[in-house]
Amino acid sequence: MKLHLATAITLALGAAPAVAQDRLLNVSYDIAREVFEALNPVFADHWQDATGRSVTIDQSHGGTSRQARAILEGLPADVVTFNQETDVEVLVASGLLPEDWRDALPNGASPWYSLPAFLVRDGNPKDINDWSDLARDDVQVIFPNPRTSGNARYTYLAAFAYGLEQNDGDEDAAEAFVKAIFDNVPVFDTGGRGATQTFAERNIGDVLVTFEAETGGIAAAYADQGLERVTPSLSLFAAFPVAVVSDVAERNGTTELASAYLEWLYTPVAQRIVAEHFYRVVDADVSAEFADQLPDVRLVTVDEVFGGWDAVQENHFAEGARLDNVFVNQ
Amino acid sequence: MTTAPLGQLPGQTRRGERILIGLAVGLTLLFIAAPLVFIFVRAFAQGWQVYAANILHPATLHAIWLTTITAIIVVPLNVGFGIAAAWAVAKHRFPGRGILVTLIEIPFSISPIIAGICYLLLYGRQGLLGPWLQANDIQVVFALPGIVLVTMFVTAPFVAREVLPLMQAQGSEQEQAAVTLGANGWQIFTRVTLPNIKWALLYGAVLCTARAVGEFGGVSVVSGNIRGQTNTLPLHVELLFNDLNAVGAFAAASTLTLIAVVALVIKAILEGRRQS
Repeated sequence: MKLHLATAITLALGAAPAVAQDRLLNVSYDIAREVFEALNPVFADHWQDATGRSVTIDQSHGGTSRQARAILEGLPADVVTFNQETDVEVLVASGLLPEDWRDALPNGASPWYSLPAFLVRDGNPKDINDWSDLARDDVQVIFPNPRTSGNARYTYLAAFAYGLEQNDGDEDAAEAFVKAIFDNVPVFDTGGRGATQTFAERNIGDVLVTFEAETGGIAAAYADQGLERVTPSLSLFAAFPVAVVSDVAERNGTTELASAYLEWLYTPVAQRIVAEHFYRVVDADVSAEFADQLPDVRLVTVDEVFGGWDAVQENHFAEGARLDNVFVNQ
Repeated sequence: MTTAPLGQLPGQTRRGERILIGLAVGLTLLFIAAPLVFIFVRAFAQGWQVYAANILHPATLHAIWLTTITAIIVVPLNVGFGIAAAWAVAKHRFPGRGILVTLIEIPFSISPIIAGICYLLLYGRQGLLGPWLQANDIQVVFALPGIVLVTMFVTAPFVAREVLPLMQAQGSEQEQAAVTLGANGWQIFTRVTLPNIKWALLYGAVLCTARAVGEFGGVSVVSGNIRGQTNTLPLHVELLFNDLNAVGAFAAASTLTLIAVVALVIKAILEGRRQS
């Protein structure tokens, strides 16, 4: 009875599917608000021109593990735009999207990507240029807790990859190198935005390590502090995977729109907007346009260096694995 | 103390009184009033126009509307439920009465997030009723029905808890007298029962409204945080805060605070009426 009443009210208020225009729900990662706020109106214009139909894109943002969980419980996401491939795999495991989702779109279904990079104080007083500088005794480093933050797990892995390269693949030496960096972290926040506040508002630390895409936004938000972006010589490729949640889209009749939306993200117009938000994009021409703000960096992937996410989980993040050694006494 | 000269006692008491009053007022100002004032200071930090623009932002307006519609659905239902439950318990004797009272009070002692997760496990896609709901194309969680259900759960005891003690104290003699005078059920309810509990009922409804408007934890689980769709006002405040949009967050928070203050004033007036 209650349920019927509530449903009836929902219908009467027009919040249910019976609306005269196209609707798409994009469930996305936490820090993607600004970029999709910029992208969606442009796509809506494009869709209007191409099909004569108007479209509203609804956005939901949150940590992607939480978002994946909500989709499993019925959050009707037509598309996901995540920053962790493992969270897309969660949806694959429950049959919401096909196993070959990576083949549906170019570049492994990752229209843009980023990498852990640095943000330093005005004038770079501690002369921080690469991962090796973060292990110095006189440097305080800020990044969130890798146990709770996907962002920090990328930082851990990037530092580890650098350590491996400096030590001819010796894993124990790489671990010691990463531990030296962790020993320089005075406080581990639970998430990326918390670490940003520690660095920029509480003025703690000499260098903040986060996604390069965030460093641009932070530098702009705290422009008066003159924070400077620094790109290390080597970093880890962080895919930002996108996929149509085929099960939901089929039910909503939005498969065509959802696919068109994700394909549109690869067009130069969209890629330019994304690059303006300090992401690296796959379109070669747009990349060249933004070469000044996104300096060259050698990128390695999780597959190349660590043998895939399953191996990372087992060797690094599982209980008693390498992250625990590095994190000891913290 | 007992040996102290009598003449000193009033002076000491007055001094002690002053310290106590000063402490109470000071702490209230420090811990309650100052943060509230701060919300408005931050909200207006960049002037009226920025404040207005933030309030009039479609997503914020929608959040205000969603919170209002939730309260409009929940409060009358809970008033009805409260009266029915209190009436059943106070005016009738039946086995399991004590258990019923305890059950009604459960939402008081349970953390709202438990309520949210329970409803997710019941109505979610993988939940008990999930397959049936999906087959019939009914969206409960991550939509208005879920938000309403969780809010109802959290606010369920407020009216019953206010009305019940009053009904119990009054007993059922007046109703029995009305029966002997030939009144029917509806007449008894509207002319005897309702006037007796009027102020307690309104008081409970105001408390219920304030709680429904402010509910965060439980709704957060079943909302899905779709901006402009399922984001209630408290959730929207958090979202704007995480957006690094301080003025927007405090502007939305000021709206929420205003609703709470209005409810508080009404509550104070009702309290006065009830006691007189």
